[in-house]
Amino acid sequence: MNVILIAVIVLGAIGLIAALVLFFVSKKFAVKEDPRIGQVSEVLPQANCGGCGFPGCGGFASACVKAADAGSLEGLLCPVGGQPVMEKVASILGMQVGASAPKVAVVRCNGTCENRPRVAVYDGVKSCRVANTTCSGETNCAYGCLGCGDCVAACQFDAIKMNPVTGLPEVDATKCTACGACAKACPRNIIEIRIVSGDKKEAFYVECMNKDKGAVATKACAAACIACMKCEKVCGFDAVHVENNLAYIDPNKCQLCGECEKACPKQVITFMDINGKKPKPKLAAAPAAKTAATAKAATKAAAPKAPSTPREPIIVKYDAPLLPSQQIVLAGTIDLDAPEKQESAGKIAEIEHKYDAPLLPSQQILLGGK
Amino acid sequence: MKTFRIGGVHPAENKLSAAEPIKIADLPKIAVFPMGQHIGAPAKPIVKKGDKVKVGQMIAEAGGFVSAPIFSSVSGTVLKVDTVVDASGYAKPAVYITVEGDEWDEAIDRSDKLVTLKDKPELTGKEIIEKIQKAGIVGMGGACFPCHVKLMPPPGSKPEWVIINAVECEPYLTADHRLMLEKADQILVGVSLLMKAANVNKGYIGIESNKPDAIKLMQEKVSAYPNIEVVPLKVKYPQGGEKQLIDAVVGRQVPAPPALPVSVGAIIQNVGTAYAVYEAVMKNKPLFERVVTVTGKSLKQPSNFLTRMGTPMSQLIDACGGLPEDTGKVIGGGPMMGKALMNIEVPICKGSSGVLIMNDKEARRGEPQPCIRCAKCVSACPMGLEPYLLATCSGNGMWEKVEAEDITSCIECGSCQFTCPSNRPMLDLIRLGKSTVMGIIRARNAKK
Amino acid sequence: MANKLIVSLSPHVHSNDTVQKNMYGVCIALLPALVCSFVIFGVGAITVTAVSVASCVFFEWAINKYLMKNDKPTVTDGSAILTGLLLAFNVPSNLPLWIMIVGALFAIGVVKMTFGGLGCNLFNPALAGRAFLLISFPVQMTTWPVPMQGFGTYLDAETAATPLSIMKAAVKAGDASILEQLPNAMDMLVGRTGGCLGEVSALAIIVGLIFMLAKKIITWHIPVSIIVTVLVFSGLMNLANPVYASPVAELLSGGLLLGAVFMATDYVTSPMSKKGQLIYGVAIGFLTVVIRTFGAYPEGMSFAILIMNAFTPLINNYCKPKRFGEVAK
Repeated sequence: MNVILIAVIVLGAIGLIAALVLFFVSKKFAVKEDPRIGQVSEVLPQANCGGCGFPGCGGFASACVKAADAGSLEGLLCPVGGQPVMEKVASILGMQVGASAPKVAVVRCNGTCENRPRVAVYDGVKSCRVANTTCSGETNCAYGCLGCGDCVAACQFDAIKMNPVTGLPEVDATKCTACGACAKACPRNIIEIRIVSGDKKEAFYVECMNKDKGAVATKACAAACIACMKCEKVCGFDAVHVENNLAYIDPNKCQLCGECEKACPKQVITFMDINGKKPKPKLAAAPAAKTAATAKAATKAAAPKAPSTPREPIIVKYDAPLLPSQQIVLAGTIDLDAPEKQESAGKIAEIEHKYDAPLLPSQQILLGGK
Repeated sequence: MKTFRIGGVHPAENKLSAAEPIKIADLPKIAVFPMGQHIGAPAKPIVKKGDKVKVGQMIAEAGGFVSAPIFSSVSGTVLKVDTVVDASGYAKPAVYITVEGDEWDEAIDRSDKLVTLKDKPELTGKEIIEKIQKAGIVGMGGACFPCHVKLMPPPGSKPEWVIINAVECEPYLTADHRLMLEKADQILVGVSLLMKAANVNKGYIGIESNKPDAIKLMQEKVSAYPNIEVVPLKVKYPQGGEKQLIDAVVGRQVPAPPALPVSVGAIIQNVGTAYAVYEAVMKNKPLFERVVTVTGKSLKQPSNFLTRMGTPMSQLIDACGGLPEDTGKVIGGGPMMGKALMNIEVPICKGSSGVLIMNDKEARRGEPQPCIRCAKCVSACPMGLEPYLLATCSGNGMWEKVEAEDITSCIECGSCQFTCPSNRPMLDLIRLGKSTVMGIIRARNAKK
Repeated sequence: MANKLIVSLSPHVHSNDTVQKNMYGVCIALLPALVCSFVIFGVGAITVTAVSVASCVFFEWAINKYLMKNDKPTVTDGSAILTGLLLAFNVPSNLPLWIMIVGALFAIGVVKMTFGGLGCNLFNPALAGRAFLLISFPVQMTTWPVPMQGFGTYLDAETAATPLSIMKAAVKAGDASILEQLPNAMDMLVGRTGGCLGEVSALAIIVGLIFMLAKKIITWHIPVSIIVTVLVFSGLMNLANPVYASPVAELLSGGLLLGAVFMATDYVTSPMSKKGQLIYGVAIGFLTVVIRTFGAYPEGMSFAILIMNAFTPLINNYCKPKRFGEVAK
């Protein structure tokens, strides 16, 4: 009995003393943190990608709180969470945020194995940054993709992958959060975090970084920009400029008319649609017409079977050469009768919603051409 | 026998062309002169398309103090001022000259007569440096640091010795070895000129013991120069590294960067540089030709050539029997620090000490295996660094860590990677780390 | 030109040293000791070693293939064979074979592969395996066969006194006369004493050491620092009180030489810099003598090495090689 009593007393005393010590220590050494930092952190994606320019989500949260105290959240954007998250952050801090354009990473090199012959074998560490110091890479192009996949390793969102056929990285625009990690990782600055114009979420960009003169560039790569100036001439919005033997489209000025794309003799200018994967609209005239015909047939076949109305606007509006991504969507309509394809039906509805918009200039031109 | 104290390795020497006398290479059809042949600001072209030039005429002026002018090695017409892919694999500005005849500038003394300091006692140190600067002389060992800059040390440092680097520790290369055997007198005059220019009383010539004939010859000739001493050195790579050579010859260690060799009192010049200095000062001949070793086990006839700059490497390879069928790698320089070339049309520059051909089997690196922490790289590192750690941390982007571990001291000699039983590409990663850290330091200094 | 040129950064030549060469070099250096143990302990020595090597290689292969799913299995590099050999050298030659297999599984599976395989382990796999067996199967691990009964026989488990147990008894009893039972130095050098399979013949181990030093597989720093420390420290103890065995007996008995030459010099678990290696060696020598004289176990080598293995990262962190130019001023 005595033993138990002593044990209880001793343990109790130790517990009490420890509790007292802890109590005083926690009071004495308490670190005061603005509770809002924690609240803001909670709504952030916690990907800690650093795309905002701060060390992780915690750093961004404290920067937001600081900025809010200073009066404005301007210039602060979580590229991963985008507008919705920034709105939540603003509401916690009692602020307003303006709209910001969505962005996506684009790979500005089309030096596929076919376009760009390999002239050497690189036998070093599989890292673009190291390969970049070795020589101009395995090809003669000193500006293009080195193909070791530093960008793939840098991506936290599994949005960029090497295509083993082309040897180039490909961005999955649906997964890309425009955090910019890949652009930072690329030693040749091929990856650009590009604004996709407004609600349309589309963009034209120059798929080349080669600043050599036309003849040299062509020798190194069949898909190189040769600085022929045609794009600059056809652009009606002062958006395309050729500098240092390389064309660049200013995303803020580009009106998505597609004239430059048509004018480019090397098909360097590429169209990108953020809603789907990048289509390959190398619109040679004949295949385009063919596509249109087949698409039309597909549409007609699909139309009578279509079980519900919401899809009809697509069919009517897109009586035009369809982009591959849209063809995929339409192909989905054929299978719609099967009940297990309800999921794709949902996708169709979503697409319909997004495309319930006036025709794009490029589409108008295509329609007009018919 | 003397050598440096820390680390070092001993690669197979393979001095295939050591017994080949220096041959004079044919003139090229078109000579190409890249503007960036040295460390520092690139030279600025002063000729334009259609200009007629003579051998020895300046075609580009120095782009600053740490820079050097470039001289035409041929006579003919300027074809164009454009870019050329040089040994780095990237396009750089260059002057192309179509060769017509071989008409030399009149000021150049083309006789074989040896001119010594006794013949020109009126020369002052300042005049010598000026002539060196005007002749576009840079370090001929490969680093291509402008020679005159080294001879004008920053205020506060007092040079005590000129040490001539005749070590040629790179395997395969024999250019310096042959030059010593064939131009010993001229080299010694060059050394005494360098000593006078730097205002020092003691000169050393460090030669590795695998060149006994050169040591013997130089020791005989040097008896006429009481202030110059030939120092035979034990064969160990990288003895030709500036800091290692100072340690080996006079036993002083240069502190970590940014300290310069002159801070311990030594000025290092390559033996080829000494010869170029002789020609520039005594013969008025600017730097436009050099000895190049063209070698390789698969090559029919490994040779040493006295080559005009601007000659494409392919021409020299053809003169040695052509590029073998199974060639895997063509290296500009030696096998330890040379640069693998993508393109054999690269022109010979001031720093091209050799062209090395390797067959496919020799050229391939072994498959990297996990690090077994055997510490052989640590033992081999001549700078007392820990290559395994630097490589791993660089690979993971831990820049603060590698900076704290003195990555900037690395001389990129390749001893670590050479010795690694796991075939790990350590130096690739260390170079990446070093250049990144240098960038970070520069940015930090710019902020201050 | 038919071929594409290969480009890579310098250096373009290699010493042709490989992991395999080093690992098999150590294996070759162990052969004299294996032959000796065959002569001393008979077929049992060979059987136990073969089982140990085979099971180590098998476990390495199986874990690599099925658990780690490595494309490039590390079985061929010889490290598993080496672990197997060293593990076998650290057990009595009459150890039941199933215990040997359990030991191999622990050494390879737990100590080596869970940390990531070759080059990543914190502790020496063979020694950790031995320590595991010693704690799990104390009776079998300390039942020594009587040596020199003619080879060809598989020796039964008989308890023969080892030099170490004699030393321990002397310390415990506080009676220096017990030490007279120790075999003479010549016997210990050749290996005519009881003990673990590979550790008995000091001579064979010294032959291995000379081979490895000549082949530049290891440097002298670790073995020499351990041996010198043991000699000095146990010599002082012996002078202070003759109950403690003479330094020569300490040196030639038990696994000291085997540990100093083959175990402590394990690449993966020893420090990288020369200074660090000396500190490591001195600490191992000191700890060994301390455990042997004051500890519960008669043998302290394996525990001393394992303890210092744990300190290796710390030593690496604080013992940097002398940088070039550090003392130039």
